[in-house]
Amino acid sequence: MAESGKSAEAAVSDVHKKIKAAFEAFDSDCNHTVDVREIGTIIYSLGCFPTQADLHDLIAEVEQDDSAYIHLDRFLPAMTKVLLENRFPPIPEDLLLQAFKVLDNTNKGYLEPEELTKYMTEEGDPFSQEEIDEMLTALADHEKNFIYYKDLISQLTIDPDM
Amino acid sequence: MGCGMRKSEPQLKKCDRAIRAALLIQRWYRQYAARLEMRRRCTWNIFQSIEYAGEQDQIKLYNFFGFLMDHFTPASSERNLISHIFRENEICRDTEWERYFCYKSMEVPDSYTGPHLTFPMTFCGVSKLVEAFKHKQQLHARYVLQILGETWRLLRILPNINHVSVCHTKEITICGDLHGHLEDLLLIFYKNDLPSSEKPYVFNGDFVDRGKNSLEILLILFGFLLVYPNDVHLNRGNHEDHIVNLRYGFTKEILVKYRVHGKKILKLLQKIFSWLPLATVIDHKVLVVHGGISDTTDLNVIAKVDRHKYVSALRPPKMTHQAVNGSKTHTMNSRNGEAGGPEEGRRRVFSLTHPGSALAQRNDPPRRSLHDLPVSSQLSWSVEDELKRRRRLAGFDQSYGDTKTESDSDPDFGQAETDEDEWKQVVDLLWSDPMPQNGCTPNEVRGGGCYWGPDVTEEVLGRHNLQLLIRSHECKQDGYEFCHNRRVLTIFSASNYYEEGSNRGAYIRMGSDLVPHFIQYQASRTCRELTLRQSVGWTERSALRSLREQLFVHKSDLISAFRVFDPNNTGLIPLRHWASATETVLKLGLPWRVLRPQLVGSSRCGLVDYQNWIKELSIPESKLEISDTSLLETMYKNHSNLETIFRIIDADHSGLISFEEFRQTWKLLSSHLQTEISDEVIADLAQSIDFNKDGSIDINEFMEAFRLVDLSAHT
Repeated sequence: MAESGKSAEAAVSDVHKKIKAAFEAFDSDCNHTVDVREIGTIIYSLGCFPTQADLHDLIAEVEQDDSAYIHLDRFLPAMTKVLLENRFPPIPEDLLLQAFKVLDNTNKGYLEPEELTKYMTEEGDPFSQEEIDEMLTALADHEKNFIYYKDLISQLTIDPDM
Repeated sequence: MGCGMRKSEPQLKKCDRAIRAALLIQRWYRQYAARLEMRRRCTWNIFQSIEYAGEQDQIKLYNFFGFLMDHFTPASSERNLISHIFRENEICRDTEWERYFCYKSMEVPDSYTGPHLTFPMTFCGVSKLVEAFKHKQQLHARYVLQILGETWRLLRILPNINHVSVCHTKEITICGDLHGHLEDLLLIFYKNDLPSSEKPYVFNGDFVDRGKNSLEILLILFGFLLVYPNDVHLNRGNHEDHIVNLRYGFTKEILVKYRVHGKKILKLLQKIFSWLPLATVIDHKVLVVHGGISDTTDLNVIAKVDRHKYVSALRPPKMTHQAVNGSKTHTMNSRNGEAGGPEEGRRRVFSLTHPGSALAQRNDPPRRSLHDLPVSSQLSWSVEDELKRRRRLAGFDQSYGDTKTESDSDPDFGQAETDEDEWKQVVDLLWSDPMPQNGCTPNEVRGGGCYWGPDVTEEVLGRHNLQLLIRSHECKQDGYEFCHNRRVLTIFSASNYYEEGSNRGAYIRMGSDLVPHFIQYQASRTCRELTLRQSVGWTERSALRSLREQLFVHKSDLISAFRVFDPNNTGLIPLRHWASATETVLKLGLPWRVLRPQLVGSSRCGLVDYQNWIKELSIPESKLEISDTSLLETMYKNHSNLETIFRIIDADHSGLISFEEFRQTWKLLSSHLQTEISDEVIADLAQSIDFNKDGSIDINEFMEAFRLVDLSAHT
């Protein structure tokens, strides 16, 4: 562990590096800007779980007028604060499980694709058709096409791996 | 489900809970999908970096040969080994060509089960060909030569620039790079119908290399060209070039598929590639060209060049005049000084037409034979000089040009100057890439052509009264991409280019309103069955495998770099040092910290156990019993270069080289790398890889021995 005197600085420096690395992955022209439509992805990939409203607020903070691009100079300080404050903490697994159970109102232990589609595309911050298509491809079981949420939660929350 | 108005309390609460549950799940899922996207993006960057680094190697190698050609005694046998790639095609006169490629004496045996073709080519004939290739049949060499011969005859009468018009009833289809991906071409034909006078097509270059059906694609495209010469238009790409083919697989594909007649086929293709038109213009408004433009692009000049003079875009016109005059005032471009930190960005090579490149730099070094080539000093252009920061990052807005040297007095000079101008025009069309900043700079990542900015687009399009530039040359995740205020459109038609699931392909349909419409696809039976997770995982594993290969071949350099940060030899270094050291060695411009979890098992307290990590980049099974590990490493590091050199030396394309040729190859490689390899070591090496024990070395067998068996993976 770093000494306490340096730890605050080191923590900030570490956070800066993390943010820059994630930013650079989308900075295809290597000019410290990314397309504003990719900012959400970057924020999520840094381990945050903002709502759509949170995202819009943050983007509003860092964007520059009409530009379709976000510059690292503005993104870095804003995002550093977000990470140091842990402003958008992850969703605890048990809460997620409860959420699924609420939607699974006949208590089957799984959701059918039509059920999930209805909720995801009509309630809350609705999914686009593309998003729900992707979600079903990703989560639905191969054979029966059901979404066995209990297993998924533990698999997917930690790391999206095979 | 909406919530109705007059519900009871518990029901309202239930409604509310459902909404909140949905919100939570949506938030969770979006985060998950974003992490996948990040991984996909990193994977993409890995592949691109490695690909461009490979292209640079090719150019470096070629420049090196050029340098050798100019500075070593004609008597030396080494020069003869490679001089043939610089010679004009020996058979240049048309009638001689016709005789050389006479297929009439070639009999098609009864045992042949492939398609039979009759000439002149008909629509039925080509469709038969397409069907046959769909069923993985191989066309007899006689028919191949026949098609190629007919194609050559037709191409010779086509102009440099195809002019096409789109009438009200017909739409035109424009396809980008195919790179030997037959399944993509078949998918396009399935979705869009075969070419015909009702269905005109433009194919924008890079039909060959990388994929395994380059020849089939060529034959199909040529077949349709023969049947519908007014409705099928082919543009030359930078891979329609026999030198590039040596490295990227097309040469090999032909020689393997046609062991007896492969050489003839290759020779004819060399000629055909040089005769491919350079560009297509639609309705005087839309320019379609493979690579792009530069600030000097002038279509009137392009229209008049003898395009077939440029057999390989990598070979400049005769530079003898330049050699005499030298470019004394054009020294290497000094770059902005770098700070001590790790150099990011891809490795740089001076472009072919850049004043600093070996081709333009002519001092007068003493003539020497390759045998006594000492390390480094004789090569006035060193490899290290070429490795620079990305100029784009530095915002270096240098205007391209100044390839004209100072000597206007020399009367012969005018001719060489025009040749070089013309050559530059051709190379720019085939090799350039767009960039976001204004200006025009040499394209050093590829080693040829330019990077051109939005201002150049406006100027060139304006000057020619055009409204849109359609080009290919760069792989795009969605198959297409606009840039420069939608005045430049990149179209790429090889899906899964890097690996299964890496990208979609696309093609354009355009009517008389000249508004492009896009159709995207991803050709693969298995791809659709893969879940999102699986397809990202698949592509990623492949990219990581390639990356680990790169790490493996740089083991010693990596250890040295790590040791710098670990003076007390603890075997541990902080993560940030691991990242910066790795970048210093590999120079791929990748986000190492983001990749770290997939490359290094675990880091304790932010420290990487580099010694263990290096150990775990295990040595693959190798048929080569070579105890000298540094030699082994050199071989792995340079195996693409080795293969290219082998194939160049194997002038008669027999697939075999003698011990002597092998020795010469190593000499060439070691001077290119500026290392020393003793004769004894080479002799031992030659003995050990003479697998057949017949005194010759089979190139393919040798390269197979290099295939890195799966390295131990960190999952």
